[in-house]
Amino acid sequence: MSYARRALTVAWKDLAVERRSKETLNALVFFSLLLLFVFQFTLGGDRERLAAVLPGVLWLGFVLSALLALGRTFLVEREHDCWEGLLLAPGDKSAIYLGKLAGNLALMLVVEGLVLGLFVVFFDIDLGRALPGLLVVVLLGTLGLAAVGTLFAAMTANVRARELLFPVLLLPVQVPVLLATVKATEALLLGEPLGAVAHWVKLLLAADVVYVVVSVLTFDVVLEG
Amino acid sequence: MNLELIVRVVDVRKVFGLVPVLDGVSLEIRAGEAVALLGANGAGKTTLLKILATLLRPTRGTATIAGHDVARAPEAVRPLLGVVAHGAWVYDDLTARENLKFWATLGGLDARADDVTAALAGVGLERAADARVRTLSAGMKRRLSLARVMLARPRVLLLDEPFAGLDQRARKWLEGRLEALKAAGAALLMVTHSFGRELGVADRLAVLAGGRIVLDTARGSLGADDVQRLYAAHAEDAL
Amino acid sequence: MVKTLGWVAAGALAAGLVMAFGVAPREVTQGNVQRIMYVHVPLILASYVAFVVLALASLVYLIRRDAGADRLAHASGEVGVMFVGLGIATGSIWGKPTWGAWWTWDARLTSVAILFVMYLGYLLLRGTIDDPERAARYCAVLGIVAALDIPLVHFSVYWWRTLHQPPSLMKPGGFTGSASILWPLLINLLAFVVLYAYFVARRVRLLRAEAEAAA
Repeated sequence: MSYARRALTVAWKDLAVERRSKETLNALVFFSLLLLFVFQFTLGGDRERLAAVLPGVLWLGFVLSALLALGRTFLVEREHDCWEGLLLAPGDKSAIYLGKLAGNLALMLVVEGLVLGLFVVFFDIDLGRALPGLLVVVLLGTLGLAAVGTLFAAMTANVRARELLFPVLLLPVQVPVLLATVKATEALLLGEPLGAVAHWVKLLLAADVVYVVVSVLTFDVVLEG
Repeated sequence: MNLELIVRVVDVRKVFGLVPVLDGVSLEIRAGEAVALLGANGAGKTTLLKILATLLRPTRGTATIAGHDVARAPEAVRPLLGVVAHGAWVYDDLTARENLKFWATLGGLDARADDVTAALAGVGLERAADARVRTLSAGMKRRLSLARVMLARPRVLLLDEPFAGLDQRARKWLEGRLEALKAAGAALLMVTHSFGRELGVADRLAVLAGGRIVLDTARGSLGADDVQRLYAAHAEDAL
Repeated sequence: MVKTLGWVAAGALAAGLVMAFGVAPREVTQGNVQRIMYVHVPLILASYVAFVVLALASLVYLIRRDAGADRLAHASGEVGVMFVGLGIATGSIWGKPTWGAWWTWDARLTSVAILFVMYLGYLLLRGTIDDPERAARYCAVLGIVAALDIPLVHFSVYWWRTLHQPPSLMKPGGFTGSASILWPLLINLLAFVVLYAYFVARRVRLLRAEAEAAA
């Protein structure tokens, strides 16, 4: 099917460019390491205090990384007027959105895995039985961030004060995702089963569906510029 | 030869802020016809090209391609177009071959590997095919852009300075490809500020000055010098 | 027509104030400061009306590209942000003597604060884009995303914590306060909605004049 092929080729293109230039990935890895140090210096001494703030701190790290990664996702299209090329490509433009979303999601999950790994190692955290539930929450939360983030990134790519406007627009809209993921992570790390946070998971699912559907429907309006 | 009217520009005006760049432009291009549009830098050639390419909307007037209004039905027009504008539409971190494959797939084309290789060979990029575009010169990036358009075999070509930066061999190739496309019924608009090889391919010449078409004539047997004289005469009148 | 609206708003506001300060009973524990509720609650509810109008106008704009719909969304956003801001301020003024704090992070306050910031972002986006057509398109998309997000915000924050008075008007069981509180409240609510409509009408007229001057 042509739609799927077009979306996949956009995702492939983004990941290939990222794999070779490593611009965003390097920045994110470095940034995650820095975050780790900052959290250690500000919170690390007291293990109880750290355990209490860990879910929030973890997701703070994820969100800040997401802002970096998503804010840049359309910058590559501004070189050599590739944006024009995307706009003039025949067919449904939402395929481009889904391709970009898939690429962003992959990148963000890689970085989040790295951050999580660093946390486990450096803060000596036992994920244990929480891991499967945690993976579900991380996946759904990241999808929510990436879905609206990709749309807003396209919107702000050609606008003045892009770096400021993008987080200002994205963060308030993402509050449900932030609350749901932090609360669910908190419960899971305390040993609760995934069923205990079912309402948060359902909220995340609902949010993801709303965000992706709206973005798919409005992306061509945003691309038109 | 098909004489169907493909591109129709009727009294198009385009104003940026308070500056009128196009002030009543009318132009027609038939299937199998190539028009060279001459004009000084800043005369509005690129603006007209962008309007036809559905990248800008006219302030007044209409432009249609194959009967579809470019402002009201851009999605109907886009599949018909092949555009080489100012930017090359290339990703620096992909190879030339990968760039072609990407744009072909995005355009819904079924480009086989041989077609891609042939297109690259045509513009003289077969040896640089698997090098990252970042390492290519500006001229080579332009050639890659032309290869991209040729792969698609569009019905309407909108080309901005197509022969700029090409060496002898590439120019011959491009001339050949453009003639072939013309023979297949495509309509061509070539926009330029110099009097180069575009004239060889062109069936008609138009001059854009003062926001209007001040000359629109069959090229016939006019040589480059004749054209230069005509251009100087008409462009000055308009200013 | 706009002028009439202005007079109706003034009249309704006057009636509302009379009811709030004259007719409504003095609250037993909180004293007279509780009367701020007759301004605070209508401000917030009227701002909800503003944002619903913004969302609907944005949708109409995307479907029909009607510049009038965009102007309505724009004006509604401006008036709505003003009302929310005033609503938050009056809430703080009410809250300080009543609960001892200017602000708490309970469900209702947090939701309203998020709403405020979202729509400030809307105005910021408008201000940053010079091309009016592009501004209209992007703001319409933002308006719809934000509007669809509001129920999600509401639930997530409500589940997160609850300290505020349980909703009295929109609770599943219906209003449980006495009639002597209900009537002044409703009249003030009507007054503020009419005031909102008046402000929006004037703003839309101004925007239309600006657009025609630029054309």
